[in-house]
Amino acid sequence: MSTTKNPAQFALLSRMLHWLMAALLVAMLFIGVAMVSSLGDYHRLLIIHRPLGILILILAAIRLVTRMLTRLPPFPPSMPQSERLVAKLSERLLYALFFALPLVGWAMLSAGHYPIVMFGAVHLPPILPAKPGLYATLRETHTVLAYLLFMTFLAHAGAVLFHTLVLRDGLLNRMVPWRVRSVEGESQS
Amino acid sequence: MNISELSPISRPPVAPLRKPGALERLTAIGAALAVTTGLFLYAGGWFTPRKLTPAAIINTFESVNGVHPGFRRNHAKGICVTGYFESKGQGQSLSKALIFLPGRVPMVGRFALAGGQPYASDTPQNVRSLAILFKLPDGEEWRTAMINLPVFTVNTPQAFNDFLVASAPNPATGKNGPTAVGAFLAKHPETAAALQVIRSHPFSSGFADSPYYALNAFRFLNANGESTPVRWWVAPDQTFQTATSTDKNFLFDALIAQVRAKPLHWRLILTVGQPGDPTADATLPWPPDRKQIEAGILTIDSIESEDISPTRDINFDPLVLPDGIEPSDDPLLSARSAAYSQSFTRREGERKEPSAVSTQEVGK
Repeated sequence: MSTTKNPAQFALLSRMLHWLMAALLVAMLFIGVAMVSSLGDYHRLLIIHRPLGILILILAAIRLVTRMLTRLPPFPPSMPQSERLVAKLSERLLYALFFALPLVGWAMLSAGHYPIVMFGAVHLPPILPAKPGLYATLRETHTVLAYLLFMTFLAHAGAVLFHTLVLRDGLLNRMVPWRVRSVEGESQS
Repeated sequence: MNISELSPISRPPVAPLRKPGALERLTAIGAALAVTTGLFLYAGGWFTPRKLTPAAIINTFESVNGVHPGFRRNHAKGICVTGYFESKGQGQSLSKALIFLPGRVPMVGRFALAGGQPYASDTPQNVRSLAILFKLPDGEEWRTAMINLPVFTVNTPQAFNDFLVASAPNPATGKNGPTAVGAFLAKHPETAAALQVIRSHPFSSGFADSPYYALNAFRFLNANGESTPVRWWVAPDQTFQTATSTDKNFLFDALIAQVRAKPLHWRLILTVGQPGDPTADATLPWPPDRKQIEAGILTIDSIESEDISPTRDINFDPLVLPDGIEPSDDPLLSARSAAYSQSFTRREGERKEPSAVSTQEVGK
């Protein structure tokens, strides 16, 4: 495997977006789950939830484009092929959820005949016609995807922590916001 | 610190889990994930099963009324209308919302009887409601759900739930339990006081000649950034009508006949609060001398059954508001929004049963 030309880290923009989105997504998951079980805080959480979801959708699009246009750092050489496959698939799942959750939320409000209010008078157009059964299905889908995202986030964080703290293979260096010149993977290859 | 951490190249070939501290680190990772999961579930109310949630309120409706699939869990029996609102421009001093600019905006609405029984017979003393969705020219919406009571019976979500339970008919006798209501009123003097106010405003004979009150206070924001507490209501132009019949849909049938005969009108009145007027307690009336601004005239000129109207599938969430109208600190507002959403989500996933009211039953 040729790693000499590969960068030690993801592009700076990708790394920044990773941590920003991580913070926003975790906040969003907590806001969402608290919102639907709360009477008193429902509205104040909902008015954050909608624009934050659209912000995440925009950030996800920028991040995907950045990822496609930049070189990716290699996995640590000690990482077995099977685990690399799992890592790649879980990454795809995360990206899919970054797009799916806001889009399903937007579609759900459209199907439910709700205005998609961002802030003040600013609102988005519906992306689906109002349709009662469709609303119910999308509403349920939104919840299922949110729990799936939470579990995928746990698996992702757990795996990276395991690599970083137990295997100590420098996997996290690929994504830390500061500059790391060389990772273990390169130096050993 | 272990030298292997500083210089990974010189790391001796030790199996990762045998490294010093590996077990502790593994435990720490597990603990971090467990704590995160715990916080997530806590935020979702998993550890507080007795907390009053939107689902719990709607469960209370279902236990009191039974489950009637496809129908609203409250205000279940209704009929849909369309029309328009013509602003006179007087509301602009209070709110920058586009609806208050002079001109006409379309609206859809729904008249209903309070309660979760979609096939209940109309009675003169049943609380009546009018819900409206105003379609603003820029695509914004203003939704409001009003009833014909001058003040609300409770001032917190918990009291609402408890009053619903206390007022429920005894399953054994089928009659309302005066003991339970009495016990509730003893604990809630604000409800007893509100009922006095309500009794001093006798109900009109039907839907068309009834006023409807939004009950909760809101805050109006004008173009200068000034925020004013406002309550609104609609005053009927229709004068007192005697009921046309007394059959099970007599209130709805009279409304259908009236709308067909000629358009019905209500004046939208904004009651302007003064500093110190209660905004967080829907049981308390504001002093009667408060300024009343007539913002415009509501005209209802068409009526159709829920079976064919798209308005059946609109959630009249009182917090769908245009820029220029904001919620007050009334705790009922967020709770209504949350509970309506829960009811909407349930009924939209259910097979629709025919409405008790059809416009065809009133001969043309």
